[in-house]
Amino acid sequence: MDISEIRTIEHDVLIVGAGGAGLSAAIEASAQGMSTGIVMKSLLGKAHTVMAEGGMAAALANVDSRDHWKIHFRDTMRGGKFLNVWRMAELHAKLAPERVKLLEEWGAVFDRTKEGLINQRNFGGHRYPRLAHVGDRTGLEMIRTLQDHGIHQGIETYMECTALDLVKDESGAVNGIVCMWRETGNFILFKAKAIIFATGGGGKAWDVTSNSWEYTGDGYAMAYEAGAELMDMEFNQFHPTGMVWPLSVKGILVTESVRGEGGILLNSEGTRFMYNYIPDRFKSETADTEEEAARWLAGDKNARRPPELLTRDVVARAINEEVKAGRGSKHGGAYLNIATQRSAEDIKRKLPSMYHQFKVLAELDITKEPMEVGPTCHYFMGGIRVEADTSMSTVPGLFACGECAAGMHGANRLGGNSLSDLLVFGYLSGKSAAEYARSKGTYTELDAEQVNSIIRNATSILNRESGENPYLLHEALEKNMQTNVGIIRKSETLDKGIAEIEKLKQSYKSVKAKGTSQFNPGWHEALSLRNLLITAESVARAALLREESRGAHTREDFPGEQPEWLKYNIAISKGANGQMQLHKVGRDAPDRELQRIAKSSIEDLEAEVAKEKQTSNLT
Amino acid sequence: MDKRTFRVYRGDNERGELKSYEVEINEGMVVLDVIHQIQAEQENDLAVRWNCKAGKCGSCSMEINGKPKLACMTRMNEYEPGQTIVVTPLKAFPVLKDLVSDVSWNYRQNERIKPVKLAPEAKTDRGYVMYQKDVDRIQEFRKCIECYLCQDVCHILRDHDKQDAFIGPRFMIRVASLEMHPLDIEDRLPELKEEFGSGYCNITRCCTDVCPEHINLTDNGIIPLKERVVDRFYDPVTILRRKIFGPRKKKLPPINK
Repeated sequence: MDISEIRTIEHDVLIVGAGGAGLSAAIEASAQGMSTGIVMKSLLGKAHTVMAEGGMAAALANVDSRDHWKIHFRDTMRGGKFLNVWRMAELHAKLAPERVKLLEEWGAVFDRTKEGLINQRNFGGHRYPRLAHVGDRTGLEMIRTLQDHGIHQGIETYMECTALDLVKDESGAVNGIVCMWRETGNFILFKAKAIIFATGGGGKAWDVTSNSWEYTGDGYAMAYEAGAELMDMEFNQFHPTGMVWPLSVKGILVTESVRGEGGILLNSEGTRFMYNYIPDRFKSETADTEEEAARWLAGDKNARRPPELLTRDVVARAINEEVKAGRGSKHGGAYLNIATQRSAEDIKRKLPSMYHQFKVLAELDITKEPMEVGPTCHYFMGGIRVEADTSMSTVPGLFACGECAAGMHGANRLGGNSLSDLLVFGYLSGKSAAEYARSKGTYTELDAEQVNSIIRNATSILNRESGENPYLLHEALEKNMQTNVGIIRKSETLDKGIAEIEKLKQSYKSVKAKGTSQFNPGWHEALSLRNLLITAESVARAALLREESRGAHTREDFPGEQPEWLKYNIAISKGANGQMQLHKVGRDAPDRELQRIAKSSIEDLEAEVAKEKQTSNLT
Repeated sequence: MDKRTFRVYRGDNERGELKSYEVEINEGMVVLDVIHQIQAEQENDLAVRWNCKAGKCGSCSMEINGKPKLACMTRMNEYEPGQTIVVTPLKAFPVLKDLVSDVSWNYRQNERIKPVKLAPEAKTDRGYVMYQKDVDRIQEFRKCIECYLCQDVCHILRDHDKQDAFIGPRFMIRVASLEMHPLDIEDRLPELKEEFGSGYCNITRCCTDVCPEHINLTDNGIIPLKERVVDRFYDPVTILRRKIFGPRKKKLPPINK
């Protein structure tokens, strides 16, 4: 095929993905004077960010004046079990407040405090009420604000356009990408000086997930194919509270705000079981009686937080244990009760979309009855390995931000740190991609051979006479990941899981989509399946290699954190032979000051921050 | 388990037909589940938009037995046992394929609306100051998930094809969310009257009826906007006052710095 016949568009900076990270990156790149384009699989405003509920974490200190970036940073590192890239966690905690305030300037209307400032709510693992929010629809507010602001910044949007693979120049730098219009099935080429991936995660590899069809690990797989490194892929967050009944909604998210607003977890015997699962690291900061937890809910600042607000990895494992011990709810989860903790009016005001969701989908009134919840695959802490300050991957010209980038959240993400991550690293990656593009100067020609090969891979799925049904292959992959690479792992099942993935990779070679290239979900499914398989394989192999339990990665055969493993991240790349290669990369020694902050006792750090605040007030 | 007949539109804007599918229904299923089941088992290329499956993104808008609805929030037990379910794409917009319609016109309308502009004097070093009671009403409008069901049902667009004259209920409340923002100082009333066609709406409340977010578009958004237009352009007293005293300044909420 003569590629000059394919429509080609040039942009200094091209972004793939239009959730919170992609839009933030586009807005910044455009502000830097770059010709900016943004490619998205769905319509504008429908990306996964829209489903985020609880809020965005930022040490604004509007509700508890003791808050400070240092304490947010400490919470983040502890939540991530110290495996986070220190510099990323630092940048995040420092920049989040100003980015949230900027969002307000762009039109976001957050819930207010009595003083008329942005209100903040409690969430798991956060020392103070820290999440700026709008009821339980914060993600909608965020994406709509970025969208409504973004459309006036001269950014070109390409909706319902699927990115297939990257193209590189002779030097090995990224210089373009091949995409496909979902509506027509026509191909389109983008020449770009810098490309930012903001493609989200890959939760659709599991059967029970809070993720939508879009979450097929496209960014991971395209980056991997282009020679970039992935990192920390073994850390998959299972959100403790997904819906478990009815079956058709299994996995849909129940926001952590339910617990933030006081919701309690009970087993079938009516026991508030989280008291039995408080890890040593958090004992001194967690309430150990219901009386103390009740005082905390009533606003007593000296009371410690209830154990339901421990980090997500801990709560998800606890629910899992209770079910295994035969103390699960009717449909195999735990009971989450807010009805006994808050008035019906409060619940409807603070959690309107949860009220609506259960009323319609489960015919259950959460102001009267407990919900049934269980773990659901929710978030990838791992992703494309990036340089902390520039967000550039190991391939020149390719940047990554948001969920598809690794490092910020370590072994476990705190709720609320995702939305602020999107704002902070979206902005930073937009800025550094613009700088990079500026230094590049001119566009370079796309290599016809690479382009043709990408297009051939895509069309062969349609052109084959017969072959495997992509939906059934996807289903088999989901079942495999759920059973063999789930929330609790061991070498035996991981081996089985990898063997099954290898089999599916073979079957995938003859995948067949029926019908034409026009808006053909079967074809789209088959195209994304390649990405899901790469994602799933990287998760399973990394999970097998990491012989310890840390954060969201739990190995039954290697319980507990191993200090030795804190020295490494697992990086993954495509070997010269086409096989997936894993290597342990040594972690840089943390900055001394950051280490001191993260390891301080909370009392010492609070005293230090109070003193700092006093001094700055005096000057 | 219960067997049902689904009749689903297959085709594009020029030609198409309702095709019948026999499906098995399990407890708790919604219409979107059934569409997905048909897609996986019978028609791999059946086109449908969806994302969140929880009523939060507004992607799976379609007409179910003639009513504009979100397929993900429409439970099968809303219908009588044995009742045939007819699923068609949104009527007010061109069909791209099967249940997917071309909603790009809506995106163009949004671009015509002047963005938010906050009063600089309301900014403090701790952010903008505004009170909950002052933002309650625009937070209602901001619940909008852009499913465009209101645009689909609005007879100005659906039956009279006045896309060139009226921006539709979705964007009326987008304008309302800006005009009623306690700190916004932009003026959008002239274009609301002249270009956006606020006069076309004759308050039949069909948009409010179909809103899956239960936003009271008509009473809380559109009527107050229409009143502002009347006050500004048709009320002789306010016209005279404006001539003498100049345009009225927005009263900002008090700030305790």
